[in-house]
Amino acid sequence: MAESEQHSSAMPEITESQGKQWAVENDVFQIYRFFSSSSREDQDALLKLRRDNHIEYLNKGLRQLPASFCTLDANRPWLCYWIVHSLALLGESIDDADLEDNAIDFLSRCQDQNGGYGGGPGQLPHLATTYAAVNSLITIGGEKALSSINREKLYKFLLRMKVASGGFSMHDGGEVDVRACYTAISVASVLNIMDDDLVQDVGNFVLSCQTYEGGIAGEPGAEAHGGYSFCGLATLALINEVQRLDLPRFIDWLVFRQGVEGGFQGRTNKLVDGCYSFWQGGAFPLLQRLGSVVNEQLGIGTEEHTSISTEGVDSPDLSEDDPDHEGTSSQADKHFHPKGKGQTSDRSKVSLSDIGAEFLERNMDIPPLLQSAVLQDYILLCCQVPQGGLKDKPREHRDFYHTCYCLSGLSVCQHIWSKSLDSPPLPWAIRGPYSNLLEPIHPLYNVILDKYHEAHDFFSASEL
Amino acid sequence: MEEEWIPFRRRVEWSDVNPVPQDEGPNPIVPIAYKDEFVEVMDYFRAVYLADERSSRSLSLTAEAIRCNAGNYTVWHFRRLVLEALHLNLLHELDYLEHVAGDNPKNYQIWHHRRWVAGKIGADATVKELDFTRKVLSLDAKNYHAWSHRQWALQALGGWEGELDYCHHLLKKDVFNNSAWNQRYFVVTKSPFLGGLTAMRASEVCYTIEAIETNPENESPWRYLCGLYKDDTESWVTDPQVTSAIIKVLYMKANHVFALSTLLDLLCHGLKPNEALKRRTFHTNARGIEYTYDKFPFAKPTKYELPSPI
Repeated sequence: MAESEQHSSAMPEITESQGKQWAVENDVFQIYRFFSSSSREDQDALLKLRRDNHIEYLNKGLRQLPASFCTLDANRPWLCYWIVHSLALLGESIDDADLEDNAIDFLSRCQDQNGGYGGGPGQLPHLATTYAAVNSLITIGGEKALSSINREKLYKFLLRMKVASGGFSMHDGGEVDVRACYTAISVASVLNIMDDDLVQDVGNFVLSCQTYEGGIAGEPGAEAHGGYSFCGLATLALINEVQRLDLPRFIDWLVFRQGVEGGFQGRTNKLVDGCYSFWQGGAFPLLQRLGSVVNEQLGIGTEEHTSISTEGVDSPDLSEDDPDHEGTSSQADKHFHPKGKGQTSDRSKVSLSDIGAEFLERNMDIPPLLQSAVLQDYILLCCQVPQGGLKDKPREHRDFYHTCYCLSGLSVCQHIWSKSLDSPPLPWAIRGPYSNLLEPIHPLYNVILDKYHEAHDFFSASEL
Repeated sequence: MEEEWIPFRRRVEWSDVNPVPQDEGPNPIVPIAYKDEFVEVMDYFRAVYLADERSSRSLSLTAEAIRCNAGNYTVWHFRRLVLEALHLNLLHELDYLEHVAGDNPKNYQIWHHRRWVAGKIGADATVKELDFTRKVLSLDAKNYHAWSHRQWALQALGGWEGELDYCHHLLKKDVFNNSAWNQRYFVVTKSPFLGGLTAMRASEVCYTIEAIETNPENESPWRYLCGLYKDDTESWVTDPQVTSAIIKVLYMKANHVFALSTLLDLLCHGLKPNEALKRRTFHTNARGIEYTYDKFPFAKPTKYELPSPI
């Protein structure tokens, strides 16, 4: 006691950042202490994903929301996406066909006659709600949903939102930031309506937002931030310009965002938040497939390397330093070079419309650079509301946004050690019972992989 | 809504307008149980919006709609059209926004609108914008929108003179405030009065190293330090101040993660370690594994068993 008092008197006053951080650590560690002192049986129960309760919470939201949701009246396609995507991650499709039709009908009413989707019927088309509506329709799937999207007009809307800097404006006269770039480019890519006019200078805008810390900000000069970093990285990957980003710096910033709580913070010295399980965690499956670019930037490999093939290129074997996975490094090695032989894909030859599909086929020459087990623990033990739904952190309340992005992050963790997204993960990759397993996502768009493939087939069959 | 709120259908000045209900279909999904007032305000809003009526009553109607949902960007967009048509004194609009922003400090639309208004006013808005963001940041020193707005105001309107002092003031209050470090970087690199990174580096390095040595566990100054040498790898790896700061911190704690990470970065960029550094890192190496447990105490197998791979 005396020692700690002496210690604290010698220390400067505790700052607001420290105080808040310690309060959260206290909450989180209390949960973990309780967990570690529980019996094996109880631990299994605590780690269990409350699937049925989450499904019930989500289904209710789809059917009725209280008046307090008025503040989200301009985000209804988002509400739809958060719920429908969460259900899809849980392996549920919307149970009755009527509800599916109702969803398609409602989103059609949000579609502007000149292209794009607004936050509700009759509202101005907006890039973010367009992304949410398109991803919702892809997740619902089927001819009726997919053909309800007016791609010609959507393309024109995207082009209208383009600004001189190369970025996009969220809506007519709206804000220009990295979110706008991602939502525009993601939609254009998945709908197979991407072209050089849309892509022109987008890369320049995103690059101008990479900060001295290594992460990406919303606008040039602002602070590196998890949400914008995912958006920026995914945008560059989708337009095949990710090699222009300083990836070693980006990775260095990113890996430090996972904290002692197991979860991710959005910015340096900010608090952990379950939603960054996806916004930060979701960057790792992208980085896994960018090994050759990282190696090039680090000067590893050779100058004559013009292809993405990583045959013979050393990948950093970080798992050796991980004491908890002793003996996994050889296992891991097998996983990282599943398609090492004979696979080359010349970056310059990849057409914009194929990137989404081609990306999945790439070699995974970088191991998962996140601690996937402790992130799963954070999501399952600290973010789950037993009655259904997930949340930011202990003491917070559940909502659909956090439910969506906690589950998306959980899915990423579960599948990140698999050699390909099509094969089921090994039991050791899943925290809790194997029944916690969620559907895999396409990491560039955050839609369920199966649904992505269906949409890809559907839209590649019809050029604009 | 206040209690004395009078429905539009009972207001004489609105008797000529036919409200337009929302067309959400017979069985909408994610349906919101709107309150009556909300429905009525929005029905009247849709009427003037569709009629493109840019009048002063439309302006006050948008304020009511914003009170219902400050996130409705369509309403804000229309409000800008009306403001432009009416040629009103936009300084009043800033006062209005200050009032609205109080309850919604993280609302994209309000900040975007504010940027539009201040941009229209120009240099006369400088002091107001800097004061306003200062006020918001005094309540939440990391408000992302407030910082973006402040950076925009500095670049578009000016007012750089006191900004470095402001950063120092915030860092003195909370040296862990990474937003303030980011702002400091912004000022040092962009201010027209400071001569840029090259002119500022020496004094900034001293400032930063002092912050590191006081709180080595604070990641922000470590990242800032590295940022000060952006695009000048040569100086980064050869500046003896950087390595001596690392040695000093490693001396206090042999496995200090930020010191080691910075050292690793230097080595990757060609640092030739001197004797002092070699001695220091030998100690670190001996205790290497503890670093992992420092960062992830709950990854320790003794706490609970991680499933072992097959």
